[in-house]
Amino acid sequence: MIDTLRLTAEEGLGLIESRQVSSAELHAAYVAAAAERDEEIHAYLRLCEATETGGVPIALKDVISTRGIETTAGSKILAGYVPVFDSTVAARCKAAGMPIIGKTNTDEFAMGSSTENSAYGPSRNPWDPTRVPGGSGGGTAAAVSGGLAPWGLGSDTGGSIKQPSALCGNVGLRPTYGTVSRFGIVAFASSLDQIGPVAKTVRDVALLYSIIAGRDVNDSTTVELPEAVELPTNESLAGVRIGIPKQVWDLAGIEPGVRASFEGAVETARALGAEIGDCDLPLSFDYGMACYYLIAPAEASSNLARYDGVRYGPRVDAPTYREMVEQTRDAGFGDEPKRRIMLGTYALSAGYYDAYYGQAQRVRTLLIREHRAALEQFDLIATPTSPTVAFPIGERAADPLAMYACDVMTIPSCLAGLPGLNIPSGRSEGLPVGLQLIGSQFGENALFRAGHALERAIGFDTVPERLR
Amino acid sequence: MVVSTIESEGSGMAIDRETVLHVARLARLDLTESEADRLTLELGAILDAVSKVAELDLADVPPTSHPLDLVNIWADDEPRPSLPLDDVLANAPAREGNLFRVPPSHGAEVSA
Repeated sequence: MIDTLRLTAEEGLGLIESRQVSSAELHAAYVAAAAERDEEIHAYLRLCEATETGGVPIALKDVISTRGIETTAGSKILAGYVPVFDSTVAARCKAAGMPIIGKTNTDEFAMGSSTENSAYGPSRNPWDPTRVPGGSGGGTAAAVSGGLAPWGLGSDTGGSIKQPSALCGNVGLRPTYGTVSRFGIVAFASSLDQIGPVAKTVRDVALLYSIIAGRDVNDSTTVELPEAVELPTNESLAGVRIGIPKQVWDLAGIEPGVRASFEGAVETARALGAEIGDCDLPLSFDYGMACYYLIAPAEASSNLARYDGVRYGPRVDAPTYREMVEQTRDAGFGDEPKRRIMLGTYALSAGYYDAYYGQAQRVRTLLIREHRAALEQFDLIATPTSPTVAFPIGERAADPLAMYACDVMTIPSCLAGLPGLNIPSGRSEGLPVGLQLIGSQFGENALFRAGHALERAIGFDTVPERLR
Repeated sequence: MVVSTIESEGSGMAIDRETVLHVARLARLDLTESEADRLTLELGAILDAVSKVAELDLADVPPTSHPLDLVNIWADDEPRPSLPLDDVLANAPAREGNLFRVPPSHGAEVSA
């Protein structure tokens, strides 16, 4: 009997390689777990047949194109869309023999922090089904923490891997921009979107990252990794310099339980030999959100122009081409994509371009410089990932700005193109709290080493209490 | 120095309904009346928040469009097989032969 709640991907691979269990049997075990628990959790939009063998099964966020398998990005405007090609990341998983368990739920076009913006209904947090799993990649995070997948892929534009990983008690990596191909990914904001792994352990995340990362001729923004991915083994942080942004301590809206868990993680790091110091990211904390909510919607308004009812997706019939396009888009997009398309179109329109989009691009330059300066002094930057634990479904759904505030600490490093790792740091109100570690460009190995040492010392149990 | 390049109405209304409808036309969204009303309020609040970027004097700061120092990526122009036409057209809402079928660009009552 396979305990899907506890089995790590690495352990699963061990079972496959020693021929104690096959890929197909593992796949069947996760599908059976989904049959048992996913009616409540709603991590998956659809389950898939096992077609690959030899690897550990995987869950893929529904923004990842999969040949022959419907891919909707959580939107009605892509209902029934069946890609005729694989995204590069799906192809690399398949080449590693990994069968796809299913396509996971997401806020529509990955726009959101709770999965409540999915056109197919919200996912629920396996720790407490009355609460959100975070977003946009809440489906993948809920699948991993609910024992419905050993690991999965998400996409992260401003926190969509890190924040749900924090709220569900998983490890999640947003890789350095350019290390993982975006070919075949439903685009949201192209200068920010990154695909990355979610799993129960740092080693699993590192292993999956090693499978998907590297240059792809189909994505000219990708680069070869400057160094090979190393699976971490160290249990010490001796000599590792970790900077804490001074602004974290003054940030309004951080729950006391999150703060306490963060302080505990910092003390654990110190006990493991890390040198802890203050760093300074004033512009990131003051202007990061404003910068992001101009750049990301501007890019989204351009990327989402392709949904015109001509080549794919449902169409609203109308007498003229223009009416068909306008009515198809109004019927197909939900509220959040419409808000962002409108915001982005406005920010890019004549007369406003310099004041909004142009100004935000200049702020982005300052955020990059500010992070670079901090990372000259320190090897890593640490903050809480989310200011709160998982919040009740419905609590923020009516207030876009309250939802946007979920990502205040994940956004700045995304704008700077830097890698970020979430690891669980403990619990507050019985719910997981996440620690965010930010590394230098291409500094994934340093994140894995530090994350692994901290994970071992913290000893967080990734299985939701009510499912133990 | 702090400069403001964005006109503020002072009342928190950063965008009016007429502008919302203009932007919707640019974005090819046929908004309903109630959507236009709601978006006027919501976009006003969001624009108030993001207008914060105007506080900074950034005349000497270059813009960043992309976080990597990539300039041009060159590749040899080598012919490769394309997707089969039936695959390309497989998801089309309407197809005619090897073409995507769409409504006419002008209605019957409009004479060019």
